[in-house]
Amino acid sequence: MNTKVNLAGVELKNPVMTASGTFGSGMEYAQFVDLNKLGAVVTKGVANEPWPGNPTPRIAETYGGMINAVGLQNPGIDVFCKRDIPFLKQYDTKIIVNVCGRSKEDYVEVVERLADEPVDMLEINISCPNVKEGGIAFGQKAEAAYEITKAVKAVAKQPVIMKLSPNVTDITEMARAVEAGGADVVSLINTLTGMKIDINRRTFAVANKTGGLSGPAIRPVAVRMVYQVANAVKIPIIGMGGITCADDALEFIMAGATAVSVGTANFHNPKTTEEVAAGIEAYMNKYKVEDINELIGIVR
Amino acid sequence: MSDNYRENVSIVSQEKLASDVFSMWIQTKDIAKNARAGQFISVYSKDGSRLLPRPISICEVEGDRLRIVYRTVGNGTKEFSGYGAGDTLDVMGPLGNGYTKLNKKAILMGGGIGIPPMLELARELKNGGYDVSDADIVLGYRDELFLNEELAQYGRVTIATEDGSAGTKGNVLDAIKAEGIKGDVIYACGPTPMLHAIKAYAKENGIECYLSLEEKMACGIGACLACVCKSKEIDDHSHVHNKRVCKEGPVFNAEDVEL
Repeated sequence: MNTKVNLAGVELKNPVMTASGTFGSGMEYAQFVDLNKLGAVVTKGVANEPWPGNPTPRIAETYGGMINAVGLQNPGIDVFCKRDIPFLKQYDTKIIVNVCGRSKEDYVEVVERLADEPVDMLEINISCPNVKEGGIAFGQKAEAAYEITKAVKAVAKQPVIMKLSPNVTDITEMARAVEAGGADVVSLINTLTGMKIDINRRTFAVANKTGGLSGPAIRPVAVRMVYQVANAVKIPIIGMGGITCADDALEFIMAGATAVSVGTANFHNPKTTEEVAAGIEAYMNKYKVEDINELIGIVR
Repeated sequence: MSDNYRENVSIVSQEKLASDVFSMWIQTKDIAKNARAGQFISVYSKDGSRLLPRPISICEVEGDRLRIVYRTVGNGTKEFSGYGAGDTLDVMGPLGNGYTKLNKKAILMGGGIGIPPMLELARELKNGGYDVSDADIVLGYRDELFLNEELAQYGRVTIATEDGSAGTKGNVLDAIKAEGIKGDVIYACGPTPMLHAIKAYAKENGIECYLSLEEKMACGIGACLACVCKSKEIDDHSHVHNKRVCKEGPVFNAEDVEL
């Protein structure tokens, strides 16, 4: 049985990875999860300098999901390279570094800094709904997405994944734009912009007023978008949005995703990633699927 | 790497202490024996629509058993209050740092659902050989009392109620002033406005002070960066003066945090 998948020349032992921002750099989760069993760890977004993030409360639970507006708090690339990369290097898994920025120059600086680091791929976050500048600004206009992809690709030594926002009229337009800009892979979806009102305090549940909705509540939207993008571009797709178990992950794979990321479910069950990987194998055994690649995009 | 465990535990007993306050004893494998006062556990709902664990402070530890006393504030805690002996729950813990115990004349201050951790703290101070012969335990309630009688075995209990139905009418600081209570270290847990006032009081009177903070959490183990507080010192994680309540806290030296 083969569970290996290939993302732009990088071979993953299985298609299961973590979703950026829900797993740190794996340090806190390593006590619950065997990181060696994951296809890749996708780290929390890192910028050129430390970011303090948004005021609290930063999160609120919603039905079947949660809203977050953490605001990309991160220690900056210097601390990250000294601390987080050496930690992850101890494990037999691929390292995908999520990169965030406020301007094209910020992204380029981080990507250049990572050129000689032992990381396998870069995921460029052009879809965070919680920071005022950068982030989403590049993810909602095709022209801007194309430009930032080109700028990153010009300096990147590792394959580049562009992470797309669902908060657009037509996600295939964005996927085509980053493909034209030279993206090696696309990942989707980031969170959907949402709002929750705390009726007891009579104010917004998160201090940022709006935040990104994630969790099982958004899964059908995510599966639909992965399917649309699979039919619009040739580059591989990493699918995510509300995956809680192997069955959920297989929906994304059948809709056209080569790999999948588990995010919010880690908060409910820290072992979710490992269980999804094992569950995919169980499915393959049950239905005598020789190669996971046979299932990718099987739904047409 | 650390002593956090995720376990499916069975409930030993559950009882109602006040109209919306419940006490639950659980039987754990490793959590209780590694737990100390001021730490908390994450309790997970069985309803798939509620994904995030509820952080609940540890009220008492006895061998492999652990007690939580919590208020039913929403559907998650209401769900927990419906379980009884023999039912099981997923929990993670012990989480957070817990109180730094000092051999000084102590004032333990709990407000509302911040009272439960004071029970384990009082017990540990007494059983740990700290000189607590003249410890003061000051408890603030809206109206209904709970845990006050159990706490009385570990120190002198003073009560404040918002409606004046018992003890001093007002809050814990009103009670301290009314009773002329003095001490060299304050350990406190309660709503943020109360902690804010205690911090100011401690500073004014030159008393060392440890506060247990509360913030909305998702992971409970320091990965998601939801539950940060503003800190004087640079934090370990992001180096931006944002300490994680779940990891570097929930107990902080009052001098180190902005409330």
